[in-house]
Amino acid sequence: MTRSVSEQPVVRVRGLRMSYGSHDVLTGVDLDVHAGEVICLLGPNGAGKTTTIEVLEGFRLPSAGDVRVLGTEPSRADDAWRARVGIVLQSWRDHPRWTPRRLLTQLGGYYRPYATPGHPRPYDVDWLLDTVGLTDDADRKIATLSGGRRRRLDVAVGIVGRPELLFLDEPTAGFDPQARRDFHDLVHRLSDLEGTSILLTTHDLGEAERLADRILVLAGGRIVADGSAEALNRQVAATSEVRWTRHGERFVHATEEPTPFVRRLFEQYGDDVADLEVRRAGLEDTYIAMVARHEAGVRPQLEEIR
Amino acid sequence: MTVTPHAVRLGARRGWTEFLLSLRSTQDQSFYLFMGVGTLAYLWFNRDNEVSGASLTLSYPTVALPSILGALVAFGVIIGPAFALAMEREDGTLLRHKALPHGMEGYVTGQLVYHSLSLLPLLLVVLVPSALLFDVMPSGAGGWVTVAWVLTLGLLATLPIGMVLGSVVPNVQKVSTWGMTPVLLLTAVSGIFVPVQALWGWLQAVAQVFPVYWLGLGMRSAFLPDSAAALELGGSWRTGQVAVVLTVWAVAGLLVTPVVLRRMTRRQSGSQVAAARDTAGQWVR
Repeated sequence: MTRSVSEQPVVRVRGLRMSYGSHDVLTGVDLDVHAGEVICLLGPNGAGKTTTIEVLEGFRLPSAGDVRVLGTEPSRADDAWRARVGIVLQSWRDHPRWTPRRLLTQLGGYYRPYATPGHPRPYDVDWLLDTVGLTDDADRKIATLSGGRRRRLDVAVGIVGRPELLFLDEPTAGFDPQARRDFHDLVHRLSDLEGTSILLTTHDLGEAERLADRILVLAGGRIVADGSAEALNRQVAATSEVRWTRHGERFVHATEEPTPFVRRLFEQYGDDVADLEVRRAGLEDTYIAMVARHEAGVRPQLEEIR
Repeated sequence: MTVTPHAVRLGARRGWTEFLLSLRSTQDQSFYLFMGVGTLAYLWFNRDNEVSGASLTLSYPTVALPSILGALVAFGVIIGPAFALAMEREDGTLLRHKALPHGMEGYVTGQLVYHSLSLLPLLLVVLVPSALLFDVMPSGAGGWVTVAWVLTLGLLATLPIGMVLGSVVPNVQKVSTWGMTPVLLLTAVSGIFVPVQALWGWLQAVAQVFPVYWLGLGMRSAFLPDSAAALELGGSWRTGQVAVVLTVWAVAGLLVTPVVLRRMTRRQSGSQVAAARDTAGQWVR
């Protein structure tokens, strides 16, 4: 019984299309998010990441396609559905005169009627402030918070209702490395301890690699890749870079088969080879390659499908 | 939007909090001070003017103050919510509430409570010094009762106009042109500073369609002696008509505003907020 429920994806999208006039932003997105998963949506600017998330949040009507979020079509969802979904968007500048404590108390109040014994809502405000690292700023005017602190508050507001599913649109833009690390810890905690399913967009590939159970790459209006960071790297039969020095002279060689190359290198020069370094292509190389490959081939592929 | 008592309660608390925060903000304090000092200065410079009718002569401040109070109410609750809505649509306040269960009802309740409460300091800074300087006061207990119902009805009649304006203007910068200008023009023809009789007949007719004129008339009926009714159109306070016109506007507002708000809310999304931010930063286009 519980098994079959948990097997049902939290988000299920089939054939999502979005056009503005004659301009197609999304041309057929298929994606699933399973319970408790952390999914990173990557893609170049203008690929439709924000549009996709806004359709899932119920803020935008899709042109076509079947969209189910927590079992409901978001555009027709009711307030009980809203209570189960948390949202962190880009560019908030609201409530400048309020303090974080006051705002979280006020906004959290809306979730109280949706609390159940097994799932109390909202989070305790002091705990939440501590969790996002805003305890010291709890009673300062929001207008006086730095950009990174504001963003922490945005995250806190997004999760105050203890959501089962959380959407984050570029949550760490403007974070310093420490804040970024703290945020990653928070995502892990939400996902591990609370079982929250999380869908986030980012431009930071390191972040995607560190956080995501699965990475989705959106390009040309479709999902062009879907898998863990390692799986994606394997897909793009990655080339490796071999660097070494010999008698103080530097060498770099790109190869798809580093092992035979390095063996031959030693056979030829033996111990003269120094500072040897073999670097596999990282997620960034994979990502760039995928997007480039796709952007070059969007049209033919679309016609194939038809 | 289905309304729940819980959301309305949260909204009322929100409105109260906004009100307290506004009282503490120097920006809003200076607004109140400016309005108070401005009105008093205007009346002070005209203190020796007299308005005379068939059988009586009144000082200009005595006649003008009730009208000005009426106009301040109308102006405050039209421009206030219009600016607030347009601004909070752009800064994300509205979207935050859209993302909450029953959040929009809470938000709208908060707006109603906040803008209604904001009238109190505005009325105080004008009324108290004027009462001391020019000896203007509602006439008797009946006068105070009239002030109470005229203000309440006037508030209900004009506040929705502000909400609708704030929902339909494309951005904050347009509130001044689309909102301020019509409201100022309307105030100018509504017999606040110049008696409505001094205007052309068709303008008198226009003025009497809108609630600002009736708000001023109702306020004058509360402050001035009965004999001053002779100075009005038709030589009467037309108390019944004041109540009817204001009620009609209030009911119309009650019917139209939720529809307009819902339409505006439906269009709200994160990318719209982001686009508004970019537009706001781009002054030269």
